[in-house]
Amino acid sequence: MIRSEILREIAPILRDQLVICNIGLPSQELHMIDDQPTNFYMLGTMGLASSIGLGVALAQPKTVISIDGDGSVLTNLGTLPTIANNVADNFILLIIDNGSYGSTGDQPTYAGKKTSLTAVAKACGCENVVECRAEETGKVLQDAIDSKKMTIIVCKCESGNIKVPVITKDPVVIRDRFMTAVQS
Amino acid sequence: MSINTKIVNDLIANKISFVTTVPCKQLAGVIDEIDRSPDIFHIPSNKEDEGMGLCAGAWMGGKRPAIIMQNTALGVTLNTLATLIQYYRMPLPMLISYRGELREPVACQVEMAVHTKALLAQLNIPTYHFHKERDADELDAILKYTFMCNKPVAILTDASFWGGYGDQ
Repeated sequence: MIRSEILREIAPILRDQLVICNIGLPSQELHMIDDQPTNFYMLGTMGLASSIGLGVALAQPKTVISIDGDGSVLTNLGTLPTIANNVADNFILLIIDNGSYGSTGDQPTYAGKKTSLTAVAKACGCENVVECRAEETGKVLQDAIDSKKMTIIVCKCESGNIKVPVITKDPVVIRDRFMTAVQS
Repeated sequence: MSINTKIVNDLIANKISFVTTVPCKQLAGVIDEIDRSPDIFHIPSNKEDEGMGLCAGAWMGGKRPAIIMQNTALGVTLNTLATLIQYYRMPLPMLISYRGELREPVACQVEMAVHTKALLAQLNIPTYHFHKERDADELDAILKYTFMCNKPVAILTDASFWGGYGDQ
């Protein structure tokens, strides 16, 4: 399974949650598959989906899911100690780990080589770290939501992209409707 | 009242309840006060762009954020300022230790000091420079201005403001 297939499968689970979605193809795919006001699409700023999601989770009680990538987590590796040491039980970090920089042409990441983000997250002090196969993502994600414990999910999947249009929504519109959804 | 207490009181009076910090010796007293304050959730960051991501999230979640950092880190935050904070139009008070100014003992700090105001100007970030202690009288108004216009706003605090780097 590739990322877009995973997103299609978990879209019904994501629909009821606050979602911070990673820059580039992940946001474009989620936007195409199931655009929701509860989705915050990152149009720039690689690496910060987990930080933004943790911030939202710490500020209010609703469940927040950050959909991140292995390349983006590697860009902002300092996020994992911050997450580990500031536990928000309404926060789930879903790392879709396809071992490649998908949005830029599938160049390999170190997570696809020797580096295990699961082991890194555990070493950083994250307490609930679940590595799963792509096919298990929906169940693992639902279990994490139901557990009401902060969870890091590392979903190992194949690399590959589909053709998808860019997001043309105005960033302030994306942000404003997300904030309205947070408060509703 | 100490200047550290005055600064933190102004943050609290403006309902800032989520502060991320990357430490600086000049700002150590402010960071201590923030850490002790029951009105502020203090979340140290490992890097300033990460901290801005946390602040962006906290604001969207309903809290007023602020970041405390050194000017030497301005370079690593430029993309985040442009493509997150400014692009999505978010407020962010940046209380910045302005290293490399008068009374600075470390020569290398001057190398980013000479670029600091130029970079902030290039990004059209409203910038205030606290040089004398009474300059902090404007902090309350600066914070109100920041959340009025939903922009990042820089408050540079130099060694003279703090009474000399390392002399405190």
